[in-house]
Amino acid sequence: MKVLSLKLKVQSCGIFFLTIFALFTIHYSLFTDTVTASDKWPGVDESVVEKYAKEHGREAREPFINTDQGDLLLFVFLLGGAVGGFIGGYYWRVLMVEKSSKVNSEEQKITS
Amino acid sequence: MKVEASRLKVQGYTITVAVAALLSLLPENSYAMHISEGILPFNWAALWFAIAIPFVAFGLYKLKKLSNIDLSFKPLVGLMAAVVFIISCMPIPVPTAGTCSHPCGTGMSGILLGPAISILITAVALLIQALFLAHGGLSTWGANIVSMGVMGSFAGYLTFRGLRALKANLWIAGFMAGILADWATYTTTSIELASGIRGDSPFMPLFWKILIAFLPTQLPLGILEGAMTAGMVVLLYKKRPDLLVKMGVLKLEEATI
Repeated sequence: MKVLSLKLKVQSCGIFFLTIFALFTIHYSLFTDTVTASDKWPGVDESVVEKYAKEHGREAREPFINTDQGDLLLFVFLLGGAVGGFIGGYYWRVLMVEKSSKVNSEEQKITS
Repeated sequence: MKVEASRLKVQGYTITVAVAALLSLLPENSYAMHISEGILPFNWAALWFAIAIPFVAFGLYKLKKLSNIDLSFKPLVGLMAAVVFIISCMPIPVPTAGTCSHPCGTGMSGILLGPAISILITAVALLIQALFLAHGGLSTWGANIVSMGVMGSFAGYLTFRGLRALKANLWIAGFMAGILADWATYTTTSIELASGIRGDSPFMPLFWKILIAFLPTQLPLGILEGAMTAGMVVLLYKKRPDLLVKMGVLKLEEATI
């Protein structure tokens, strides 16, 4: 009973934080139109690392290979996500399905 | 046995090639804490390299040693490599700050694989990112290994082990390990950046300024990383407790659910 109520508490906390997150996201996406699209959601590398480096006279150099060209960026993100997801999923399956069934059958052999 | 070993070898090669392909295809504007190419002066970049190299070398040694003893942990290394790669390239918008950043995944890999192999995985990820993604940099590779690899992995590993020794449950230990791994990474980045760019200015005010600038993004993201780390550890405990015992995460008597 205690475990169940703890689980419910954790779940309600999770729902609360997700709701707050969603509300903030919607707020930022819809109502912060005074800034341009490129100003929205900068990465901390840009908003912190490069900003302070620039203030102290150090600027980032050009990358060696530039993949940020037009819609190539969207394509490689999609492809990257698919490939990464496949690798993760493949090894998850190896660990959770194939290996765990091996372990179980070995345990059964020992007990029998 | 031989067939199994060669199958695992092929799997290892497959993941290396696939991860290399993934990273070479990811875009330049990944939102991260990696210090970009050219930001640190040569002497500071060299110092961070000198600090990082022994850790990476030890990781390589440890991986070889473990591979000779037991090949069956390789899928876990493969899984963790994929997770660290994906997580460290995944920009997450943080509404409280209006910025994007990413978790590191090194707390999770530090707990599950040990800090040495976790550092090695991170070093490879950062190298490929620097070469093909314009994410981080070759000259700042050492600094990025120290912040994300060394500090993230050790903070995660030591927090988890410390809390487990104090009888904290898996979820709490994993959660705190994830949070502290993330925050340790960004604190170290602040130290590296402040020491490298300060010139004649005093170190401490600049360090605090950078660290405080990271806070609105990294405080909530650290909590997210904690939840992800705890989730992964608990899930593995439920599905494959034997694996956690084998990796030294749990004692045998703790593995019975």
